[in-house]
This record gives sequence, C-alpha cells and structure tokens, in this order.
Amino acid sequence: MPVTVQDVEHVAHLARLSFTAEEKQLLTMQLNSILLYMEQLNALDTSGVEPLSHVIEVQNVFRPDQVTPGVSREEALRNAPAHSDEYFKVPKVISER
Amino acid sequence: MVTTRHPTYDQTRRSLDGEETTCEATVSASLAAIERRKGLNAFLTVFAERALERARMVDRKRAEGRAGRLAGMIVAVKDALCMRNERVTCASRILENFVSPYDATAVERLEREDAVLIGKTNLDEFAMGSSTENSAFGPVRNPVDESRVPGGSSGGSCVAVAAGMAHTALGTDTGGSIRQPASFCGIVGLKPTYGRVSRYGLVALSSSFDQIGPFANSVADAARVLQVIAGHDPRDATSAHVPVPEYADSITGDVRGVRVGLPREAFAAGLHADVRAAVVRVADLLRDAGAEILDVTLPHSAYTISTYYILMTAEASSNLARYDGARYGYRAEGARDLTEMYVRSRSEGFGPEVKRRIMLGTYVLSAGYYDAYYLKAQKVRRLIQNDFFDALRRVDCLLLPTAPTTAFTMGEKIDDPLAMYLSDVYTVSANLAGVPAISVPCGTDREGLPIGAQIIGKQFDEPTLFRVADTVERLVMQ
Repeated sequence: MPVTVQDVEHVAHLARLSFTAEEKQLLTMQLNSILLYMEQLNALDTSGVEPLSHVIEVQNVFRPDQVTPGVSREEALRNAPAHSDEYFKVPKVISER
Repeated sequence: MVTTRHPTYDQTRRSLDGEETTCEATVSASLAAIERRKGLNAFLTVFAERALERARMVDRKRAEGRAGRLAGMIVAVKDALCMRNERVTCASRILENFVSPYDATAVERLEREDAVLIGKTNLDEFAMGSSTENSAFGPVRNPVDESRVPGGSSGGSCVAVAAGMAHTALGTDTGGSIRQPASFCGIVGLKPTYGRVSRYGLVALSSSFDQIGPFANSVADAARVLQVIAGHDPRDATSAHVPVPEYADSITGDVRGVRVGLPREAFAAGLHADVRAAVVRVADLLRDAGAEILDVTLPHSAYTISTYYILMTAEASSNLARYDGARYGYRAEGARDLTEMYVRSRSEGFGPEVKRRIMLGTYVLSAGYYDAYYLKAQKVRRLIQNDFFDALRRVDCLLLPTAPTTAFTMGEKIDDPLAMYLSDVYTVSANLAGVPAISVPCGTDREGLPIGAQIIGKQFDEPTLFRVADTVERLVMQ
C-alpha cells in the first residue's frame, strides 16, 4: 500500500479538508486503488517528450491599459457570508497579546 | 426507438413562421413538460415568469420582423454557467445561495439572438461524475428508463432536451460530460474544439479541458447553437482567434469522398456487443453513402484514463481552492480562527466525490509526487495528442462508440470510483487532445436503450463533424 493513513492526513491538511477516521480508511483504500491503476504510465518511456499544458496554439494577448466598468463593490460583497460596508469579515487572524 | 425524439427547433421555427403557434405557447408547453416530469429532477431552477415574459417580447419582435436568429428556441442551461441575478449552484451545498453578478458569454449570446432560457439544470457536483448521481440536490433519472442514470455530468441539461422540456441545452464537457449523457439518452451532444466557445462565466473545473457545448434533438439544431456561441471573446483569453464558419453550409447530406477512420483500439475488449454492432453498422451505412472507411491506430489509447484523471484532479484541486468561506459560498458557523473556518466550510460544503478528487489532485501535485504523476501525465498527454494529429492527417474524422455500454443502473458504480472513471474511456481522449467530438444516436441495444456513435474531428473542423453526423442521423432514421 503506497498511500498510508498518515499520507491522507497530510494531503487533507494541504487541501484544508478534514475527515472522520472511517472516511480516512476508505479514502486510503480508494486512493491506493486509483493510484495503482495510474502507475501504468510508468511503463511508458517519455524521455525527450515536451509536457503539454495548452492544447491549441496561443499567442500573447495585448490590450490597451484602460479602465473599464467591472463588478461594483456592492455587488462583490453581496454574496459574502459576512461583510461590512467595505470589507469581507472573517474570524480574527492576529491575536492580541 | 430513436424516433421517440421531441420536436426540433427547426420544426418549431416553421410553425412559428407559419403563424401556427406562438413563442409564448411553446414556452407554456415546455413549462408543462417540466412540471409533468418533475420526478426526473432535471432542473434546479425554473424561470417560469421570466421565460414567459421573454417569450411575449420575442413574439412582439417577430410581429415587427426584427427577431433574432434563435427566436423562440427554448434553451436549458447547466447550473455551472452564470446568469445575472440568478443562482449558480454547481449542484453543491457550498454554492447553494450564490447569486451571479454577471452573464456567461454563451448565455448572453443566446439571449441576444432571442433564445428563451427556461431554467438551470442539475449536474454532478462541480461537474464531477459520469452519472449525475453526485448532485447535492438529488440524482437525475434517465427518461428512457427511470431506473437508469442519464449519464453525466451534464445529466440535467441532457434530460431537459431528451424529455421535450427544451429544444436545446448548454452543457459542459471536461471529459465527456456532454457526449456520454447524449449517448445514454438518445440525443445529439457536441463538445467543440477547446477554445471555440468562450468560458467566461463558466465555473472553472479543469481549465485546460473545460468546454461549453450544446445538446439538441438534431445535428442541425446543435449547429445553430454553436453558430451563435462560438467565437473569440476578449473576456476569455484562451478563446481562439479563429474565424467561425457558416455551419449550416456543412449540412449537405453528402459524405462522398469523406475519409472516416476506425480506431482499432476503440473496438477492443470491454465494448458491449450491441454497441459495437451499432457503430459498425454506422460505418457500413457511411461506406454505402460514398465515404471511405479506413483503419487507423491511436497507440496510446490505454493511457487516456490515467492521464486524464491525474491532470483533471490536479487542475480541479487548484480551481476549487477558492471555496474557503471567506468571500462567497457556504461558511461553517462558529469557527474560532481562519484555518478552522476554511477546513470546516470546505468539509461541510463539498460532497464526497468532490473531496475525493481534491485529495487525489492535491496528492499528485504535492512535493515528491509532482514529477512522477503530474509532469509525467503532461508528457503522455502530448503523446496522446500526437496520436490524434497523426491519425487525422490520414483521415478527415474518426468514428467510434461514445461510451462502452448503454445507460447503467442507478447505484451500480457509485461506490467504485475507478469503475465510474473507466466509463469515460472513449470520451476523455478528445479533451486531452483538444479536438472536437459529437455524439449522435445510432440505434438501441436489445433492451431498447439508446446507443451513441461518436465522431471526432480536427481542431476547429466542426463542419466535418456536422456533415458526417447529420448524414448518420438521416441514414439511421431510414
């Protein structure tokens, strides 16, 4: 088993997700079976192959640096779980001494 | 069984032009169909008032002779596309109450041509799935057989068209999410070339694969929709600067001299016998109609699922990092600090398949595994694209099944993620290569379930897809 429960816990921390003990067991099993299947790629020699990150030919897009209308502050704040007139509100980040 | 299809937009348009019906009456009939088959769970939001109001406006414009190219076309929209002042949920608890401040470009272009948007459709949460069972708002059922899945992830959009609730629908196709449901429900589904349609206003899943496309009851209707939504958009820098041809001109009914390639690998083990027979029959019909049928090979076919799911989950884990409960979306109550707010909002807001893919994507991108999985998959993606480019130098298009089976039963694959991923074996390669592909109905299996034939073309050569798929449609119906 290449992926352990500890790996799952580490990756969950990176992804800012939490799981119950049972869910971790199931995820460990499922990730192992999926990754085991994906190991097949190792059979392929890809030396000298350029990685493909964009499938169509693209060129740099230039445009004049002009101010155009965008989403207003009011609209941008409309979907916020908590906000003041100007800012998004979140739990305190810096604690007092 | 293919003839159970509902009126095409072309038919409705003739009735409108002949003053036999009105746009308002058509919309009312559509709303009634939605109500009658509520149990299919195709829609998350229905715009009854808004649609009727639009219909009356279109009727006025028609009377004045200034109606747009899609006047009276009723369109359903996958709930991953933004419409101003309407919810866009992506079938997720995390976006349940999100109201979009703007229109997606594809939506805006349809409305500009006087199409009537009837509602937002159900999907697998964040378009992750092949059965539309992963929705936070309940699964969608296949109208042909309600004990079966409609396919996914654009199941709601597909069912809206297959059950006569809309003429056409917008879906999104990242690894087959338009074509596979179209195949399972017996309608037409098109994934355009990557970059052909602006993705502005589409909630991002995997940005190097995502593409918006139409579902329709005929190839001609799918072409009409693409005509309007295709083309460069300054708001999506990845939308291509390639001129949009007149697609209707490609629907000639003449395939003489068209070279059609049958990829050997697509007809190997694991393919349902009835699906194979139906697609082979399509090849025979095309040959009789004057097309040239050739054998081709796509040597890296066996690696498509691995490559796709590594890259797709990596991109998705990155795109979905934005859902943190800070600026929009669901926020868990009572978190004491920022990290706890992130973790609990995400863990409570996302469903199991989304979390599984975020975990897989985070794993393949994490220190020590990046080269072995992510970079390796990007290299194999190049080899897969080269296979397509090589094959498509010898032939004008490829013909293969859309899915290895017909619609499976609800619950059959939901607990086995790998089995679910493998059901995308014939569709993901077009997304990996960035080429266009269409699924067109070509018969039914012994149980009466629809089968789709898939035609894959060169980048930006949608005209050949329309030409061949339209011919298949005519030949199969005869």
